[in-house]
Amino acid sequence: MDISKLSTQINMDDFIPATEEEKEYMVQMRPSSTFFKDSVKRLLRNRVATVCFFIIVLITLAAIFIPMFWPYSYDQMLGMTPGKPVDNTFKDLKPFQYGASELALIDSGESVVPHIFGTDSQGRDYFIRVVYGTRISLAVGFFASIIVLIIGMTIGSIAGYAGGKVDLIIMRIVDIIYSLPDMLMVILLSSVLKVVMEGALDGTVLAKIGSNIISLFIVFGVLYWVSMARLIRGQILSLREQEYVLASQAAGARGKWIILKHLLPNCFSVIIISTALQIPSAIFTESYLSFLGLGVNAPMPSLGSLASDALNGISSYPYRLVIPALVISLIVLSLNLFGDGLRDAFDPKLDT
Amino acid sequence: MSEAAKTENLVEIKHLKEYFNVNVGFFKSRPLKAVDDVSFSIKKGETLGLVGESGCGKTTVGRTILNLYKPTAGEIWYDGKLIKTDADIKEFRKKATMVFQDPYSSLNPRMTVSDIIGEPLDIHNLYNTKEERRERILELMGYVGLNSEHASRYAHEFSGGQRQRIGIARSLAVNPEFIVCDEPVSALDVSIQAQVINMFDELQDKLGLTYLFIAHDLLVVRHISDRIAVMYLGKLVELADANEIYDHPIHPYSKSLLSSVPVPDPKIARANKRIILSGDIPSPLNAPSGCPFRTRCPHATPECAESMPELKELSSRHFVACHHPENIA
Repeated sequence: MDISKLSTQINMDDFIPATEEEKEYMVQMRPSSTFFKDSVKRLLRNRVATVCFFIIVLITLAAIFIPMFWPYSYDQMLGMTPGKPVDNTFKDLKPFQYGASELALIDSGESVVPHIFGTDSQGRDYFIRVVYGTRISLAVGFFASIIVLIIGMTIGSIAGYAGGKVDLIIMRIVDIIYSLPDMLMVILLSSVLKVVMEGALDGTVLAKIGSNIISLFIVFGVLYWVSMARLIRGQILSLREQEYVLASQAAGARGKWIILKHLLPNCFSVIIISTALQIPSAIFTESYLSFLGLGVNAPMPSLGSLASDALNGISSYPYRLVIPALVISLIVLSLNLFGDGLRDAFDPKLDT
Repeated sequence: MSEAAKTENLVEIKHLKEYFNVNVGFFKSRPLKAVDDVSFSIKKGETLGLVGESGCGKTTVGRTILNLYKPTAGEIWYDGKLIKTDADIKEFRKKATMVFQDPYSSLNPRMTVSDIIGEPLDIHNLYNTKEERRERILELMGYVGLNSEHASRYAHEFSGGQRQRIGIARSLAVNPEFIVCDEPVSALDVSIQAQVINMFDELQDKLGLTYLFIAHDLLVVRHISDRIAVMYLGKLVELADANEIYDHPIHPYSKSLLSSVPVPDPKIARANKRIILSGDIPSPLNAPSGCPFRTRCPHATPECAESMPELKELSSRHFVACHHPENIA
């Protein structure tokens, strides 16, 4: 079209309909982001929490996999070979020292896996005992938290959703349990269970960890769920007033559906944060119970019992106390810092 | 919907009462009469508007009809059947649904749009295959003007108007006949309100729906309703056809309420005198005896304190609960 530059007539060539391709180009759909993805992004931005997470993963992997290929085992007394006299050179080795027969092997050109942390008074490789101890401590912490989570979540959500008399009764039970001295309960239960379970456990996997740890789990299951239950009840009390719960009821949903589909997913952040913070407290409890001699059965080590055993030779071998203590501190500190990071990342109220 | 079909009652409530126990002091509790002896009926294909100021029990009426609150007394009849047992209620939930006021809190932030809309389908097992469920959800999203790409998104990614459309699609999922709309547009912008209101109109024509439309915006209610009921302090004070009640309100409360509606023409607005009521709405915990409006009514007489006036049909299809309607008009 030939028109003057000053003409006010619109050049219709500028207004051709867009092709399908051009339309496609204009529609820019941002990939949908979920609350979870956003939170993980926030968590990764928190350096301390990320580092702690890697430390936890590293320690966990080490505790799981190192015993699989390490040539020594936690209960093998080196220098004790059937049919031969006891070789006392393996007892109380300092780090990176070797026993008499091992020195002979090294001289003949073979390589021997070093005793990184030396050996203990019975000639057992201390490194693998620390690794096993970590394994036990982590397992206790993890499973105890799972038990607390499941019981606390179930009871708390029922109390919060049902309300009224059910809530009243459950919360009074919680109050009563709160008033019981938990350490006393652990000690009482372990001594009772020791007698009750003595024979029953023989030959099962549980025999190795011993009745003390099982009583610890039972105490966690019976006593420690209360704070989790309170927490979740509080959350659910406020969430159930939301209109989407009413909408679900209006659609005909029952209590179980509403709790599972609407209420618990919205407590998700609180649940993982408090579970993450529960693990170190369980590890702590296990450690000092073991230190008091109420932990795992010998010869199975745990970090607490290793520290306890080390007390006998503390002036000659202080590192035997320092190493398990350091490992406990490292695990508990990392888990706590990671839990704090989780809370910052998952609590949207802090993020404005 | 044809006029002939509108003669049949779909929903009928008789002497509905809903009292909540409120704790006053340590061991005492007193009933809060949120809804006190309300009766009305809604015809098939009709829209009944329910208006009144905040706290007068409009929302409670809507929720009690759907049995979200168990009625303290009274009967709810649906399609000629009394809704009483749990089995009745379960069946009733497939026919009567609700649209909520707040488009923000009525959608679960952890669910995708397709899960929110599909929830009633899941609850009632209304599909056989996943494919069937998906198709139904997309069909519902089409009804309310949402794109199929929106299905996998979360509620927080939408604007208020779009969220309300999601809520409406959810209420349509079970193919209901009756929808309680609890102030569905009061949380929206005026321009969006118009879109959503028109959508309600279109859906009514297309799907033959019956609405109970609760609102406090009188212009919106007039636009969408066939008949309008006015509530005050838990009681029904006036019920009439929409135009009748706007042109000839009888009850002094309705008169005052309607005089508060802004008129776009300043000349008319200046000519209209606003009736400003003295005092506040009394607490429903401490409702006045007799007629609840007597404390603020300019025409109150001693008789008003003695008994609650019955809802009487003054002219054709125009019901008023007042002792002295002749004094006012």
